[in-house]
Amino acid sequence: MPDTNRPGGSTAPPAAPRYASVSVATRDVHLSFGRHQVLRGVDLDVGRGETACVIGPSGSGKSTLLRTINRLVEVDRGDILLDGQSVRDRDPDRLRQDVGMVFQQFNLFPHLSVLRNVTLALRHLKRLSRDEAEEVALRHLDLVGLRHKADVRPGRLSGGQQQRVAIARALAMSPRVMLFDEATSALDPELVKGVLGLMADLASQGMTMVVVTHEMGFARQVADRVVFLDRGRVVEAGPPDQIFEAPRSPRLQRFLAQVG
Amino acid sequence: METLRTLWETFFDLESMREALPEMLTVGLRNTLLLALVSAVLGTALGMLLAVAGLARTRWLRWPARIYTDVLRGLPAAVTILLIGVGLAPLGLAWWGPNPYPLGILALSLIAAAYIGEIFRSGIQSVEATQLEATRALGLSHAAAMRLVIIPQGIRRVLPAWVNQLIALIKDSSLVYFLGLVASQRELFRIGQDYAANTGNESALLLAGLFYLAITVPLTHLVNWVDRRLRDGGPASEPEDDPAEEADEVSSASDEPPPAALGRAPRPTPDKTLPASNEAPPASTDALPAPDEALSATTTGGATDAGH
Repeated sequence: MPDTNRPGGSTAPPAAPRYASVSVATRDVHLSFGRHQVLRGVDLDVGRGETACVIGPSGSGKSTLLRTINRLVEVDRGDILLDGQSVRDRDPDRLRQDVGMVFQQFNLFPHLSVLRNVTLALRHLKRLSRDEAEEVALRHLDLVGLRHKADVRPGRLSGGQQQRVAIARALAMSPRVMLFDEATSALDPELVKGVLGLMADLASQGMTMVVVTHEMGFARQVADRVVFLDRGRVVEAGPPDQIFEAPRSPRLQRFLAQVG
Repeated sequence: METLRTLWETFFDLESMREALPEMLTVGLRNTLLLALVSAVLGTALGMLLAVAGLARTRWLRWPARIYTDVLRGLPAAVTILLIGVGLAPLGLAWWGPNPYPLGILALSLIAAAYIGEIFRSGIQSVEATQLEATRALGLSHAAAMRLVIIPQGIRRVLPAWVNQLIALIKDSSLVYFLGLVASQRELFRIGQDYAANTGNESALLLAGLFYLAITVPLTHLVNWVDRRLRDGGPASEPEDDPAEEADEVSSASDEPPPAALGRAPRPTPDKTLPASNEAPPASTDALPAPDEALSATTTGGATDAGH
């Protein structure tokens, strides 16, 4: 895969990097944990370079849906397509190199420096030399404004900084789609802004993103499409204007009133 | 008064100590350290194998590891050392002659491995499942994730317990005297005991005890120090930077003039960063929820959704 997210040169105006994004579609996805039906026929369509925000009450299956896309959990029925190709036809480890994921709890590796957090997969999966991996890593740390923290352990960073390192770690692998699982839910309110700004930048640069979030303001402003998930089903989906200004289903109306 | 003096001389007869000291230093200390070090290396390596086997998905690895651990931890060290050291002595004689050390070291290693395996296993198991998930999400295989992320973290968490086991090993090394040692093979305890038998007081044995303490006590403090060093990079108690600086970092990364940069050391102009903030203003200000909402999202939203 070509390294498409090379930063723009120093000449103004710098060209926005274009990510070799893919489209994401889920088709009639069913999934149960034991007797508990988590997903009950979910259809989702995210075009290349689009951002879809998945909203819904806790326990509605949002995070699980996200994990079916990179096969951290396997669907019982239905399919997931990246650019029309079923993820089931691909080796999970190869698939995951194309799908970046950012977690609610950051999940940085506490025993490694910030730099090593980013270089780990580059060295072991992309087989880059130490120098090459560090160059790529520093470029992406630059992107999230944390190059100066490269030698620090994650535990020394604030939650917001940790999450930005996690984003850099995912981006360094040149993913073709990014999954965000409540990326700001564990952050102190004053640190949320920086992470959301970074995500908005990424969206505007053409990365395909599936974002599970409780940040309605972000969904409203950044999403191309908002999907309201409740009890394992898509209750309503559409452009943000429609979802937030003219919700049709009573359940979405109730949900928006609660979080509003 | 007389009893007290006798008691004092039983333990603190300096003359007896001075007599035993040279041999303890040149022979005893060397042999004790040899036994302990070699057994520690072998026991740790075997313990690591046992830990990995004990966590394996197939029962054909798990069960043997379990049984081995139960048996070796359940036997008194003296019994294991005698069974192996005496029981296998004919084999040893054939392979390396009448030296009890190889079999003694083997027995000590096998015992230590059972305990160290359990220590490592519990440490590895204590690493959060989310760490494995995050590593797998990057595309690393299960084996690579264990080797690069999970096991190193797990081992670090149990280093103090591991050193405790090495201390136990140093003390247990005295038990090889069961196997019959010639003069040059005697370790600290045996030399102390020999001198104690000759002089009729326990001062030489006390001196041996002091030698053991001189090894084990610093070891305890060393591991506490290492533990603190490792924790240094652990969970953050206080973030170093204030949010203002964070906003600064992000905005400078997005090529905007950092508003809060006044009075700070000048930051080199980022020339390799992303643009875009100018064209597409981030959702930031409007996206900020009221603080209590964000908190409730954290507490209610996280737990249930992640709990699947």
